[in-house]
Amino acid sequence: MGDIKVVPLGAGQDVGRSCILVSMGGKNIMLDCGMHMGFNDERRFPDFTYITRNGPLSEFLDCVIISHFHLDHCGALPYMSEMVGFDGPIYMTHPTKAICPILLEDYRKITVDRKGETNFFTSEMIKSCMKKTVAVNLHQTVQVDDELEIKAYYAGHVLGAGMFRIKVGSQSVVYTGDYNMTPDRHLGAAWIDKCRPDLLITESTYATTIRDSKRCRERDFLKKVHDCVEKGGKVLIPVFALGRAQELCILLETYWDRMNLQVPIFFSAGLTEKATNYYKLFITWTNQKIKNTFVQRNMFEFKHIKPFERAYADNPGPMVVFATPGMLHGGLSLQIFRKWCTSDQNVIIMPGYCVAGTVGWKILNGQRKIEFENRQTVEVKMSVQYMSFSAHADAKGIMQLIRHCEPKNVMLVHGEAVKMEFLKKKIQQEFGLDCTNPANGETVSIPSTVSIPIDMSLNLLKRDATTAELEVPQPKQSRVLHGTLVMKDGKMLLLEPSQAMKELGLEEHTIRFTSTIFVDEAGPIKKTTNKVYHLLKEKYGERNVQQSCDGSLTLSDSVLIKVSGSEEGEGKSVLVSWSLQDEDLGSSLLPLLEKGLPPDLRG
Amino acid sequence: MRIPNSSSMKLYVLSGQPSKPCYVLRFNHTTVMLDCGLDVSTLLHYLPVPLVHSEKFSKLPGWCPREVPASVKLDTELKECAGKVFLDGEPEFAIPEFDLVDMSEIDAILISNYHCMLALPYLTEYTNFRGIIYATDPTLYIGRQYMDEMVEYLSRSSKSVKATKWKQPNIISCLPYPLRDAVLPTMWRQCYNKHDIQACLSKVQTVGFNEHKDVFGALDVMAISSGFCLGSSNWVICSQYDKISYLSGSSTLTTHPRPMEQSALKNSDVLIMCCLTQTPTANPDTMIGEFCVNTALTLKNGGNVLVPCYSSGVVYDLLECLSGHLESMGLGGVPLYFVSPVADKSLAYSNIYAEWLSQDKQSKIYLPESPFPHAELIKTGRLQHFSSLHDGFSNEMRTPCVVFCGHPSLRFGDAVHLVELWGKSSANTVVFTEPDFPYLEALAPFQPLAMKVSYCPIDTSLSFAQANKLIKELKPLHLVLPKAYLSPPLMLHNRTDLVIDTDYAPLSFKRRDMVSIPVKRRYEKLDLHPELAATLLPTEVRPGIAVATVTGYLHARDNKYLLKAVEDTKDPNKLKNPTHLWGNLDVQEFVKKLKERGVTDIKVEDSPGGHIVLLQNDDTLIQIENGSTHVICQGNEQLRKHIRDILLTCLQKF
Repeated sequence: MGDIKVVPLGAGQDVGRSCILVSMGGKNIMLDCGMHMGFNDERRFPDFTYITRNGPLSEFLDCVIISHFHLDHCGALPYMSEMVGFDGPIYMTHPTKAICPILLEDYRKITVDRKGETNFFTSEMIKSCMKKTVAVNLHQTVQVDDELEIKAYYAGHVLGAGMFRIKVGSQSVVYTGDYNMTPDRHLGAAWIDKCRPDLLITESTYATTIRDSKRCRERDFLKKVHDCVEKGGKVLIPVFALGRAQELCILLETYWDRMNLQVPIFFSAGLTEKATNYYKLFITWTNQKIKNTFVQRNMFEFKHIKPFERAYADNPGPMVVFATPGMLHGGLSLQIFRKWCTSDQNVIIMPGYCVAGTVGWKILNGQRKIEFENRQTVEVKMSVQYMSFSAHADAKGIMQLIRHCEPKNVMLVHGEAVKMEFLKKKIQQEFGLDCTNPANGETVSIPSTVSIPIDMSLNLLKRDATTAELEVPQPKQSRVLHGTLVMKDGKMLLLEPSQAMKELGLEEHTIRFTSTIFVDEAGPIKKTTNKVYHLLKEKYGERNVQQSCDGSLTLSDSVLIKVSGSEEGEGKSVLVSWSLQDEDLGSSLLPLLEKGLPPDLRG
Repeated sequence: MRIPNSSSMKLYVLSGQPSKPCYVLRFNHTTVMLDCGLDVSTLLHYLPVPLVHSEKFSKLPGWCPREVPASVKLDTELKECAGKVFLDGEPEFAIPEFDLVDMSEIDAILISNYHCMLALPYLTEYTNFRGIIYATDPTLYIGRQYMDEMVEYLSRSSKSVKATKWKQPNIISCLPYPLRDAVLPTMWRQCYNKHDIQACLSKVQTVGFNEHKDVFGALDVMAISSGFCLGSSNWVICSQYDKISYLSGSSTLTTHPRPMEQSALKNSDVLIMCCLTQTPTANPDTMIGEFCVNTALTLKNGGNVLVPCYSSGVVYDLLECLSGHLESMGLGGVPLYFVSPVADKSLAYSNIYAEWLSQDKQSKIYLPESPFPHAELIKTGRLQHFSSLHDGFSNEMRTPCVVFCGHPSLRFGDAVHLVELWGKSSANTVVFTEPDFPYLEALAPFQPLAMKVSYCPIDTSLSFAQANKLIKELKPLHLVLPKAYLSPPLMLHNRTDLVIDTDYAPLSFKRRDMVSIPVKRRYEKLDLHPELAATLLPTEVRPGIAVATVTGYLHARDNKYLLKAVEDTKDPNKLKNPTHLWGNLDVQEFVKKLKERGVTDIKVEDSPGGHIVLLQNDDTLIQIENGSTHVICQGNEQLRKHIRDILLTCLQKF
């Protein structure tokens, strides 16, 4: 089995259009298939021509895995499967499968209906694409084919977010997608077992951030919202319909309840109710607390939060509005922003990460003049607040995950190159692991040592343990083992040599040597034999020398020594016989005996 | 240290009730318990525990056999009711025979569904068990609801007196049937408490279907869908070489749970089978139809319908079918009530377990809609749920109505009160749908009753025909099952089709048996380190078959073996790969090679076993036979080594 090859088509030293190709053990897997929110040209999708210049991708890919429903992870899916062409299986969790088509349709609408683009995927394409998806459960081992298996772990980033382990033979890769190592108000923390993958491909959005405590951030957020509405201002919170939105809703709902506030909270309509319904049905994917209490009180049934209507934007007086999309790159949130941004009474709170190029990114970077499509420039006077509520692991969390799953190599994706370098050093220092962060289109080869599974005969395991130097046979003790490896029909068996001969129908051929030398020894044969016996005992240890009743001596398994000649005469002949297995021993005996036996004990 | 034994697989039978199994499998150095079912049939020996004070049950005459002296005061715990003798005291259950195996040796317990785990607290809280328990998420949650419900029902009773005197051997023999046939009543235990449940279930680790779990590196266990109820599973237990399938409550019918997965059970070395249907003569589809028809009929005539049932399971199907049927009959306005301490949880949880449901129900969440129609029924007010009859039920109740409530044994729970309340009128009907209790015995203490009784047992477990078909498809090497499945059920002697019938004799067991399963293991898995593999020099001994001699260092850890290159050892001889020679020696080639090496004066003679090669000048003789060569010389080492080297080039070796 060869190296593991990985090449990011998107999300290499960048955030957006996540798409990573992995080749291992003859299998090709695509991890995520996202769009880039910072581009409106062909760069918004991964460059699939890397896989093949023309024609569909089906024969080059064994499967596609989608980690979660955010568009930068699944936005290019209908384009890939329907317009480029892929008919293989697309794996995702149940909530992702449920929510992903809604966001894709939303994305399509904004692009085609509002921006008037043609040559984009259609609603039909989204439907036929979703038909190719296979829903997976957490921890279930899904056999893609005889050799390729995948397993999903809880990632905690958004509802249904998964981390995936891909395994071919004994090689494995873990892809985290986006994940969060600290539980929040509605989701649990990411979890993975000690699966020791050859490679961990992890997101690194917050590679350099160590976020302060969640409580502080929440308090801060509530204070900013409260201060603004108290002064009669309007609060705009651009969010994605699903995910952070629900967490912030829960937060505001409980705060409004506690403080008995009457200021209206709106949520941009349409998606909301449906989205919240998904949360109710996928309670098992939220955190333990919500799961335990949902029978009495469903956290996703809001009292204070009402659906938003377009006309409300012009209403006087304070209000809080959650509007999509989250990066102000179009849609309702951008429209409201345009209306409200000119007043310094208002506040915009950006609760998540913004991709370079979006309006959200611009205002976060201090730009106070924003140019809209029709070349109209608007001056931003409203207060711009950034609160990191995006549920990504911070540097501490990433290190924690590495510690948990004990990978042999780490690869950073979904982050900024500069920040990656910092984290890379940290990982190398702390864990001594090889860490890479390839750019898009750059291939990384992960060398892997693969041990070869073989079947060992139980007889060999047990018998070898009895003949080893151990007093008591202990099959579980580490020791030197000798056997014969038989390779047949692609299977490998480790057998005892004699068993191997038997099973293969081979007849063993033994070689024995017998050599006779003469020694100058007087006296009875027995005396000479005794001398030889003592010599051997001294040289090879008492345990290994045996004296048999016919006067011969045996040493080791096969060496035989016999003294003959006349009882009275001066010379004796010593016969030494050994098999090839004891060649070293046998051949060393001759010079030893020729050198002469020690003088008679009595002198 | 336990030494691997190639032929020891043993199954201990801790429960004699095939539908409430509890077995222990010893195999491959590990001990695994399969299910931990509680035999609740003992309940039927007891008087019902009424929810409110019951005139009838509190004034029953005591009963004492003539042989027992009155001083024993047996009549305080035996009461005569409706012509039968019942125990008056806190109900007790027959727990599995935990004394059969040392519970501290159990490494893992595999739970297959919530019906088969109710004895767990006895094991985890009252023995020295300290292993792991695996169950799916719905099994854990619904199992907890079942336990909580039972404890809640029992806690409503004021009865804290235990009936124990009757258990004495000299007394029990004087008692009438069925009390006299009670098996080992001294082993019966009263119910556990809330604290036990909490502590016990905190030890359960949840698993998903098709999730591999490793048991001490020796076994890989995996739950696969069994189609019987929410989260119900069968288990596939694999060592590196053997596959054991444990088939517990399973169903091939299409109801609400995810369908049974059969392919994973194929080609097992051992198939352990239990939990077949308890009502083999009743077809579940027909029964559910009858249930709907009888219910509608009673309602039409203005009567109420009582359905004693468990708080989860078939009740979801009943609600779905019945609401549809009533609608079509123009009875859509009839209220349905679900009364149980866990009714709210049961109804809510069933709708968040989409991943564990049939494809049909699962696809609803993508809309997004609730998988079960009972969510809609609750929303529209057609279905109402109450934790007990005291929980505002009496204010809300409109008649005629249908009430689903526990417990199906009619020994505790709100059903006891409703049987008493509605039993007097022949307009009402009680419909039995749960297969766990014989309905006549359940009703016995309430007799005489005026209300109509309908028996529509719905057991979706495998029928004997389905089981036989399944066995044929799965082709297990060994089949292990309860002895009871090999002969027709009691009272149905002529129904020889109601047995498991295989081409070969299965291994059968009964309570307290220890079954030896003849599984032989010849190999152990070993990982060959690539560094060592690279040093090997394979020789092809025949086309397609290569052989290499290996000497390596065997690492053993967590029951896993790894063979690495020997790095350093005190004895360098150990590093040497011995050579293994095979085949016959070609004498002519051998002589030719001797000559090339400058050996002269060679004479070859035939001998009885082969040839003798004489080197007359050197006083050396070489005996060549099939499979052996013997070199006999007179101390000339140089020559001998020559001959040795030539021999090694002439022979095949590895």
